[in-house]
Amino acid sequence: MIPADFDYHRPQSLEEALRILVTTEDAKILAGGHSLVPAMKLRLARPSAVIDLGRVPELSQIRQDGTHLHIGAMATHHDIESSDLLKKKCPLLPEIAAVIGDVQVRNRGTIGGSIVHADPAADWPAAIVALDAEMEVLGADGTRTVSAHEFFVEMMQSAVQPHEILTGIRVRATGPAVAYVKFAQKASGFAIVGVAAIIDTEEQSVRIGVTGAATKAFRASAAEEALQGKALTSENIGAAIEKADAGVETLNDIHASAEYRAHLIRVNCRRAIELAASRT
Amino acid sequence: MAATKPKATGYIGRPVKRVEDPRLIQGQATYVDDLVLSGMLHMAVLRSPYAHARVVAIDSQKAKSLAGVRGVFIGHDINERCGLVPCASLAPDQKAPKHTCLASDRVYFVGHPVAVVVASDRSIARDALDLIDVEYDPLPVIADPEAALQPGAPLAHPDLGTNQAFVWTLANGDLEKAFKEADRIIKSRMVHQRLIPMAIEPRGCVASWHVGEQSLTLWTSTQIPHLIRTLLPGMIGVPENKIRIVAPEVGGGFGSKLNLYAEEAIVSHLAQRLGAPVKWIESRRENASATIHGRDQIGEYEVAVKKDGTLLAIKARAIADIGSYNQLLTPAIPTLTGSMLSGCYKMKAIRMDIVGVYTNKMCTDAYRGAGRPEATYTIERLMDLVADELKLDRVKIRLKNFPKPTEFPFNTVTGLTYDSGNYQGALKKAQELADWDRLIKQRDTARKQGRLFGVGLSTYVEICALGPSKMMAAGGWEWGCVRIEMSGKVTVITGATPHGQGQETSFAQLAADKLGVPMSDVVVMRGDTAVAHYGRDTYGSRATVIGGTAILMCIDRIVAKARKLAAHLLQAKEKTVEFENGCFFVKGKQKNGITIQTLAAESYVAKNIPKNWEPGLEASSFFEPPNCTYPFGTHIVAVEVDPDTGQIEIVKYVAVDDCGPQINPLLVEGQLQGGIAHSLGQALFERCVYDENGQLLTGEFMDYAMPRAADIPNYILGHTVTPSPSNPMGIKGVGEAGTIGATPAIANAVMDALAPLGVKHLDLPLTPEKIWRALSRAKGSAK
Repeated sequence: MIPADFDYHRPQSLEEALRILVTTEDAKILAGGHSLVPAMKLRLARPSAVIDLGRVPELSQIRQDGTHLHIGAMATHHDIESSDLLKKKCPLLPEIAAVIGDVQVRNRGTIGGSIVHADPAADWPAAIVALDAEMEVLGADGTRTVSAHEFFVEMMQSAVQPHEILTGIRVRATGPAVAYVKFAQKASGFAIVGVAAIIDTEEQSVRIGVTGAATKAFRASAAEEALQGKALTSENIGAAIEKADAGVETLNDIHASAEYRAHLIRVNCRRAIELAASRT
Repeated sequence: MAATKPKATGYIGRPVKRVEDPRLIQGQATYVDDLVLSGMLHMAVLRSPYAHARVVAIDSQKAKSLAGVRGVFIGHDINERCGLVPCASLAPDQKAPKHTCLASDRVYFVGHPVAVVVASDRSIARDALDLIDVEYDPLPVIADPEAALQPGAPLAHPDLGTNQAFVWTLANGDLEKAFKEADRIIKSRMVHQRLIPMAIEPRGCVASWHVGEQSLTLWTSTQIPHLIRTLLPGMIGVPENKIRIVAPEVGGGFGSKLNLYAEEAIVSHLAQRLGAPVKWIESRRENASATIHGRDQIGEYEVAVKKDGTLLAIKARAIADIGSYNQLLTPAIPTLTGSMLSGCYKMKAIRMDIVGVYTNKMCTDAYRGAGRPEATYTIERLMDLVADELKLDRVKIRLKNFPKPTEFPFNTVTGLTYDSGNYQGALKKAQELADWDRLIKQRDTARKQGRLFGVGLSTYVEICALGPSKMMAAGGWEWGCVRIEMSGKVTVITGATPHGQGQETSFAQLAADKLGVPMSDVVVMRGDTAVAHYGRDTYGSRATVIGGTAILMCIDRIVAKARKLAAHLLQAKEKTVEFENGCFFVKGKQKNGITIQTLAAESYVAKNIPKNWEPGLEASSFFEPPNCTYPFGTHIVAVEVDPDTGQIEIVKYVAVDDCGPQINPLLVEGQLQGGIAHSLGQALFERCVYDENGQLLTGEFMDYAMPRAADIPNYILGHTVTPSPSNPMGIKGVGEAGTIGATPAIANAVMDALAPLGVKHLDLPLTPEKIWRALSRAKGSAK
């Protein structure tokens, strides 16, 4: 449990961080350290240098930006969990933050660190895809925006390139009719299946984001379509959730079989939709 | 046995807070890893990534040339100087592989130590491991103990010619006759899954060689410093009286540190060889793969019963997966299952055959309960299966087969003598605390609503205070010493090596109570063979019963000796001198009495002592227990199962345990709470998983599910008190009661919840997916 030798940088600004990142071979950005540091201790990761973003102040801001909300990549799970602004304008995010890890994890872990790591069992990806979030990514050529659809590339691989830094996340405000229902892996607390549901009462639509079940988070599009314009009766939900895992190849491991994960997608979709509906 | 019966002053029986806790809670305790010695070097262990392979070549040149590395040591180099890792309990005719400290030409499990590096700091030692190049030639692996017994199976140790280590048989009574008399024979197969003890502090040790004295000090995170002092000389060739073993603070053992491990010998050897202290600290992953595992039996059982529910006999055959080697007690653990298989019940005959099987996995050994949880789980599941089959009430069938309280000492069909018991009383009290009738009504109402609600119970008996020397490999007694210092302060020294169980508190209560001194004047010392000269340490719920009785014997001797001095100073006849509340006085003349503190000073100053009276107030004693003790109780659990996900919620948890009189009820409760938590883990989610290649898949807390605070229900705890005749205080021990009693109660409750669907038995752990599959099957067959 001792990492291999590495250099440590603690830049005071984003520009400095980017400069070090671009000029150092095999450097890794250190956010909350909850994925990178254990991987380094097990020597599964051996970066030549880590660049600690902990002293770059603007990265942890949470603020309103017109109809949108901006969440800095270094906002901790606890910052999000306790944000009054988000509780009012995007309550899905604090609800998810509250079920990540334990208090210590939430105090150190960050939303940006989590989604760049792209662990398929993390909780945030369910919200990122359900909210159609936009990720702001800074590179040598300036900032680019990556859509939720493009952000999660593969298991443990996001669209953020080795010489880029995720700086923030933009989401549209939602109403109160949201919910996140998670079935946790007993040992790690990560999601075996986590489902985020967002009900838009005006448009009579439901957006459903699923994490944990497959190599990357996805939208349960067929189930969403089945509910478009329909009343959220038990029958309609029942019919829709049968399609929630349509076309998805679910993961299979010692903690849950592919079949059980597929079943849990349906169960948690129903529960998330019903819970969200109860909050309208 | 007691020479004197000083009047108690009220410490015994009180829920005194643990005196060891402030230092533990405030981070002021000293664990092995806190020790820093001048010039200390650090060892790291290179372990096999293969479950079975030939070691073709090891190239350690690059590692040796890394700055700061003092040496790289491989197989023969160490094995020629450190003897075999000892096993104290090989079965007769057992085939056993030579358990060398390091692998030589072959590795037999993932985690098998292949080489060690010693360096000036821990990071360098770790870096050097990556520079050792080992060429392996992978060999066929056997990881499944049932497959291991099939003809043509790969051999875990090809040189043994078989995977079968031993067959141990227990057979008493006329089994054939009992089965002929039976109205029904109920069969079942149960898997007792492998568990990883996962003490929060992994193993670790520091050895220091004192060249002038040619003596060794080994600080090690162990339950058994005294047994190590007995066994280590055979490995490293340093005589027993030149070895000092210290177990400083130990962060949990649960049986996993009831062993002498290769690393302890290697570190001791290298400290001597390199002329510098050497430290080794185990990582979590090493702890999961190379510290002993627990349980791992697969049993097939047949119960012969009369239709009125009278038990006649049990026939059992179990495969015990002992892994790749025999650690200290590996082969003995499953035999405890056989000895306790009849549980709380009378029956006429029993037969249990246990087949010990080698596989390419870490060895199993004592883990909290050590063989008894398997027995209790089996018999208590069987009782429910019998009740179900015969359509009899689960409580009544138990009551029908219990021995009556008047039948104790009770000779079991397995050949043990249960010291005392009132199983009916504990069951009744548990039912009262659980509000049994209402709980059953609650279940029935829930069932009518289509919910999966279940109530389960287990009535258990366990064997504690291990044990009389006749049944132990090297003495089962315990040693203690009590000294009244010149200042009147009291020093209690125990050989029992408590390491978190709380005897620093309970033994201080005992001494303060019996000597009539303030508890704050008593210090309890343990865990250092230079201080506690002899001892047999902590395991098998023995320390309070056997170690506490040794302390009591010392106190009796001191009081008897002090009485002579008091009589001399009071110019009275010894017979007329009374002792009460720490004061010796002539009957009726309490005011002119002499305190034990004054006597202590007089005893050491020694200017005015009786003729032929030895100065000092100190006594030491060995207590040899005449029998084990047999605590018992009843656990009752109510659960509700989520029909969609299969998740289990514990709705109610009641435990009534009878461990005899309690010296400190707070400590008893703590032991029960921790034990039940262990049990809950086993029942619901803990499992050690190896794949077919012998790779450990649950080597981290990310994959091995330990119970956490949020998993623990509110316990409703109660007690009955049935003293043991085997020791003067009548105490029985409580270290493993929770673990033994709880697992079957939880399993029985879940099976009760699933009973309306026709589910009879599911093996542990009762994971949500397993429940969901059972529910799906049941729904499928109902269609």
